[in-house]
Amino acid sequence: IIWLIRFILIQNRAGKTRLAKWYMQFDDDEKQKLIEEVHAVVTVRDAKHTNFVEFRNFKIIYRRYAGLYFCICVDVTDNNLAYLEGIHNFVEVLNEYFHNVCELDLVFNFYKVYTVVDEMFLAGEIRETSQTKVLKQLLMLQSLE
Amino acid sequence: MPAPIRLRELIRTIRTARTQAEEREMIQKECAAIRSSFREEDNTYRCRNVAKLLYMHMLGYPAHFGQLECLKLIASQKFTDKRIGYLGAMLLLDERQDVHLLMTNCIKNDLNHSTQYVQGLALCTLGCMGSSEMCRDLAGEVEKLLKTSNSYLRKKAALCAVHVIRKVPELMEMFLPATKNLLSEKNHGVLHTSVVLLTEMCERSPDMLAHFRKLVPQLVRILKNLIMSGYSPEHDVSGISDPFLQVRILRLLRILGKSDDDSSEAMNDILAQVATNTETSKNVGNAILYETVLTIMDIKSESGLRVLAINILGRFLLNNDKNIRYVALTSLLKTVQTDHNAVQRHRSTIVDCLKDLDVSIKRRAMELSFALVNGNNIRGMMKELLYFLDSCDPEFKADCASGVFLAAEKYAPSKRWHIDTIMRVLTTAGSYVRDDSVPNLIQLITNSVEMHAYTVQRLYKALLDDISQQPLVQVASWCIGEYGDLLVSGQCEEEEPIQVTEDEVLDVLEGLLVSNLSTPVTRGYALTAIMKLSTRFSSVNRIKKVVSIYGSSIDVELQQRAVEYNALFKKYDHMRPALLERMPIMEKTATNGPTEIVQTNGETEPSAVEPKHPPPVTQPANQANDLLDLLGGNDVVPVIQTTMPTKPASAGGELLDLLGDLSLSGIPPMTAYNKNGLKIDFTFERANPNPNIAVITIHASNSTEAEMTDFVFQAAVPKTFQLQLLSPSSNVVPALNQGTVTQVIRVLNPQKVSLSMLTYTHKGSPVQDLAEVNNFPPQSWQ
Repeated sequence: IIWLIRFILIQNRAGKTRLAKWYMQFDDDEKQKLIEEVHAVVTVRDAKHTNFVEFRNFKIIYRRYAGLYFCICVDVTDNNLAYLEGIHNFVEVLNEYFHNVCELDLVFNFYKVYTVVDEMFLAGEIRETSQTKVLKQLLMLQSLE
Repeated sequence: MPAPIRLRELIRTIRTARTQAEEREMIQKECAAIRSSFREEDNTYRCRNVAKLLYMHMLGYPAHFGQLECLKLIASQKFTDKRIGYLGAMLLLDERQDVHLLMTNCIKNDLNHSTQYVQGLALCTLGCMGSSEMCRDLAGEVEKLLKTSNSYLRKKAALCAVHVIRKVPELMEMFLPATKNLLSEKNHGVLHTSVVLLTEMCERSPDMLAHFRKLVPQLVRILKNLIMSGYSPEHDVSGISDPFLQVRILRLLRILGKSDDDSSEAMNDILAQVATNTETSKNVGNAILYETVLTIMDIKSESGLRVLAINILGRFLLNNDKNIRYVALTSLLKTVQTDHNAVQRHRSTIVDCLKDLDVSIKRRAMELSFALVNGNNIRGMMKELLYFLDSCDPEFKADCASGVFLAAEKYAPSKRWHIDTIMRVLTTAGSYVRDDSVPNLIQLITNSVEMHAYTVQRLYKALLDDISQQPLVQVASWCIGEYGDLLVSGQCEEEEPIQVTEDEVLDVLEGLLVSNLSTPVTRGYALTAIMKLSTRFSSVNRIKKVVSIYGSSIDVELQQRAVEYNALFKKYDHMRPALLERMPIMEKTATNGPTEIVQTNGETEPSAVEPKHPPPVTQPANQANDLLDLLGGNDVVPVIQTTMPTKPASAGGELLDLLGDLSLSGIPPMTAYNKNGLKIDFTFERANPNPNIAVITIHASNSTEAEMTDFVFQAAVPKTFQLQLLSPSSNVVPALNQGTVTQVIRVLNPQKVSLSMLTYTHKGSPVQDLAEVNNFPPQSWQ
């Protein structure tokens, strides 16, 4: 059993990728295929479905926030509910950092979004869960620019 | 050369493109500008250019020409350069390109940099995409950073170490000393990542696992503090302190406590505490509870704790949040075999979940319901399940129907109930039942002698309503053919007998023959049924006429049957009554029907086996399972498969069997293995009565001078077919061909490849060999 996050994706309803963080080795065309498949699987689901969907031999934990789908791909035996919390934690940090974040913020500051991801996740695991700590680090990093 | 445009500008411009083509044009233009800027080795704007390149890459355009530039950025001294450089490395570079190795040196320097943020960047990049070579080179640096006092770096180093261990497991030892004090950290972040690191190490290596067992008391203490300490604002989520850490600790405890009594006992109390004290109103609390339940189920917990866990799952089922219901059903499915009684208590809630809107919840509820059916609740459960069958999506119908048949067969309280249930399934989901259910049902009906009249009457009535569902039509026509005399004589006891004449019955059967809805197989059934009625009904002439018409049918099968029946009328009329006599009760010579529905996690559990084969069948199975672990069991299934339907292939076929024995054993033997003096031959036979099973007898002979002792032959086959290995005649293959060891294998459809493993002891030394057998004669597969 490998309990690692395979990838994290943020996509909008139209299928445009706003963030793609891969923690496992995939070819470029494999990545593209995965992105398309995830989008197809996740956008057909609505409120009456659960937030978990089996995907290939993994599963995707996802949640929709406004027009964006935040998807985390994990092992089938992993704890769904915990990752749901993880996604929410991440979104709250983004919200704080960008002051009421919207999709355009993620577009124009894409490299900063990666920084946020890298502060909270590493090597396919959740790294830092304290929102205050993460925000402090992010502001420090920002001041170095 | 004018300064390249800023990132923001570019993004804005690209977003104004109205078509894909326009966007592509802009991108190409910009790429060209960036390329020439790179060629000029411009240091000032490199960072900006690479950032733009990354944005375009995110949109899906190729950006490989920027790879080297990323490296140059990493090597730069400016933080902003490094930052974009590392990001570019993570996005554009991957293990397969040699270019990435050039990064190693840069990362090494940066790991020792004076600024922690640079060190952090390096650790992050290494942790996300470091290849095995890079990990090997840099593991030492990571280990050093794991011991630093800077908590920001320690956290990153811990997870980076996890990645290193994943890539190069041999390096695990190296990190062992650094882990000594990890758990005494106060900093939650470091604690969290340390637990992750320990988890990874324990998972990978049983030695580490044993070594770290002594940490259980410490982990228990930390968990206790977390729950009791009350409010800790930094890591608080909805009033629960650091749920993520709690979950990870619970998981580590699970791994440590599995199959170890002492550790399991040490954690019993804390698990009970977490289970009872955690707030359940929000998802957070439930996430922790879920992990707790998983842990309780996996370790050697006392039964009170297990019941507690299952009750938690039962409560989850009542939760409004469908996510939680889903998670509960999944876990209950895993525990229903071991804690059957406890799960039974929640049966009604589970059955309610059949009406849920989410497809995956419905599926799990269905599987769980079937697992919970027993002799006591069969009537009630079946009512619910049949109702579900009526209203569910087509994708479920086949599995549900099979499940109903299985359950009915095991627990039917009365024959009439059984037949009614089958009728219900056939009429509501008739087109979805599996092919092998038709012969199973026919056999069942034959064996319920007192119900024949009732059955045929009901089937006849069903046919009048609807002839589109083939399995129903096939079973019905078979029954009418067999018991048509009971039908017209109005002998039914169970319900009001209907008045029907011979002509009406023949009308119905002939209707099947001509209908567009009937498949060729169904037509075959109908024709044979009509033929059988010639000895039961008096209107033989009509039957003769029908049969002769089909003597020139385009369908070859029908034509053959009709011609043969015609021959019966003409030349062999004296044999006709004997041939078309009532069928005898069919013996079931093997175990129950098809195996249970596969659980969605891919785990199959064999249904209750009542082996009628004399030799013990389980012993080779255990050995084979170990063997399969050695083989890394990718697509091999356990050697012992419990069941194979042994019913005759088709009712019409039986008649032909009576008419002429299909010779089945003309399959030539073959040599499967011949090496080092050991020769293994396969001889074939068809199993009787199921011709789908090949019975292979292996004959092992030894032409060397010394005998071979402890001889074990095991076989593994790909998932698509099933195999049953019986005990060998002996474990010693005598020398110089003085005798052979024989062993019987029963295989369903042996085809091209199967893998065999032989072990034996020859002249004192053990020999082991693996062979692929793929020269099966074509007659051995259908």
